[in-house]
Amino acid sequence: MAPDAGLLTAAVQVRGLVRRYDERAVLDGVDLAIAPGEFVALLGKSGSGKSTLLRALAGLDSDVTGTGELVVPAQVSVVFQDSRLLPWAKVLDNVVLGLNGARERGRQSLEEVGLAGRENAWPNELSGGEQQRVALARSLVREPELLLADEPFGALDALTRLKMHALLRKLCAAHQPAVLLVTHDVDEAIVLADRVIVLDQGRLVAQEQIELAAPRSPADPGFAAVRARLLDALGVSL
Amino acid sequence: MSATTLPGLRTAEQTTPVVRRRRLGPGKPIRFGAALGPLLVLVLWSIGSATGRLDQRVLSAPWTVVTTAGDLIADGRLQSNLWTSTQRAFIGLGLGVVLGVALALLSGLSRIGEALLDGPIQIKRAIPSLALLPLLILWLGIGESMKIVTILLGVFVPIYLHTHNGLRTIDSRYVELAQTVGLSQWDFIRRVVLPGALPGFLLGLRFAVTGAWLSLVVVEQINSTSGIGYMMELARTYGQTDIIIVGLVLYGVLGLLSDGAVRLIQRRALSWRRTLAS
Ligand SMILES: Nc1ncnc2c1ncn2[C@@H]1O[C@H](COP(=O)(O)OP(=O)(O)OP(=O)(O)O)[C@@H](O)[C@H]1O
Ligand SMILES: [Mg+2]
Repeated sequence: MAPDAGLLTAAVQVRGLVRRYDERAVLDGVDLAIAPGEFVALLGKSGSGKSTLLRALAGLDSDVTGTGELVVPAQVSVVFQDSRLLPWAKVLDNVVLGLNGARERGRQSLEEVGLAGRENAWPNELSGGEQQRVALARSLVREPELLLADEPFGALDALTRLKMHALLRKLCAAHQPAVLLVTHDVDEAIVLADRVIVLDQGRLVAQEQIELAAPRSPADPGFAAVRARLLDALGVSL
Repeated sequence: MSATTLPGLRTAEQTTPVVRRRRLGPGKPIRFGAALGPLLVLVLWSIGSATGRLDQRVLSAPWTVVTTAGDLIADGRLQSNLWTSTQRAFIGLGLGVVLGVALALLSGLSRIGEALLDGPIQIKRAIPSLALLPLLILWLGIGESMKIVTILLGVFVPIYLHTHNGLRTIDSRYVELAQTVGLSQWDFIRRVVLPGALPGFLLGLRFAVTGAWLSLVVVEQINSTSGIGYMMELARTYGQTDIIIVGLVLYGVLGLLSDGAVRLIQRRALSWRRTLAS
């Protein structure tokens, strides 16, 4: 196979990815390349296979049958929908879980997400938004080349979500990981991503390069046009 | 329904008291509530003895028991017997805990371990450990080792069962997390498995402590020449109910103290948990 220039520099390279549950193909030939530092948002109806794709990239699908070519960087971090903090470990211990001698970096990382001074709190003493920020700190302290996030803000209220969007944008600008963010929320996808892709029935059916200037606002006419095209790809007629 | 009013104005609606919801938890704990029941028993016993309704040969009066305890302490019998009993219980408990945890880890973390170990332990669980006593006496004689092994056999089963159950019910989401952050096997055990199984282990420990005292009572009344059980057995042959009661109180105090100790450890070690009781 002759590698083209894009393939050589891509952070993520997926070719003909198939994943089956009991003979039913949930992913049916997905092709996807993500450049280093690129922020990609993945939209799709419930049950369209978004989490399945993400778990394949995270290497968490050893129990699933499938074929295809999959190249991911060595350092991958995952943010789940639940913060998934170990309830028996203090906040800082959660952040540096499995890293040796990284407590100082862990502290800085907590400071970055605005939680300086909460190092010794128990996770269940934090609010949902704060817990999710700890989870972000835990991901970023590992300096990932690829950040995978499966509806990380799904459980948060609208106001907290907006704050988390700003935080995530800031952190991604600072650390420059390639990002694949799964979300239900079309506006969230447009606000955050460089590119939005749409998954339907196991295939990528649409993609939109987002070239709106920051700060992106739903009031922007360009924003509305992109949103209309994406909703159309999702099968929602207005 | 809702009417907007100016800050200074009071309307009938504002002064109606807020409907208080009935709370579903047990409510605030009563101070020293745990002491109430035992105190009542003591009062009834004293009244019974003072009025002569309780025959001294059936049950000595509380004050006789107290003076007898004083005598036993004065001639040193109480301390030396207590020391012997405590030692036996703790050695048996310690060995049983180590054995139970080791077996739980082996069978909780490997399928081969589970296949080999879990069956025999479940069978052992079905046989009360005191039923093994005749066999243990034949094998080990009536010395200290028989006593300690009997206690150990009663202890390791609850430790194993609850620790193993704790291990097996650790949320698979945490296992997934451990994989994504690339934990080593050892870090996985240290950071996820052991803390995750700790609540189960501590519950097992409470059962184990109770079991240890139970076994101790039985082994000390068979062919013993020291210990609280021996002291009580000797008193029986002379019909001294006061000494028997001193022995019972001692067992009770030891049981309560050790259970309290385990609960204290529980509270310290599981301070991250918020439960109905807290
Ligand atoms: N462990 C499993 N066993 C069997 N089928 C599964 C399993 N996990 C997922 N599926 C099926 O695969 C399909 C895709 O699931 P997936 O979780 O990827 O959807 P999703 O796009 O993430 O949906 P949502 O937006 O609701 O999270 C669904 O139809 C689901 O029923
Ligand atoms: Mg999903």
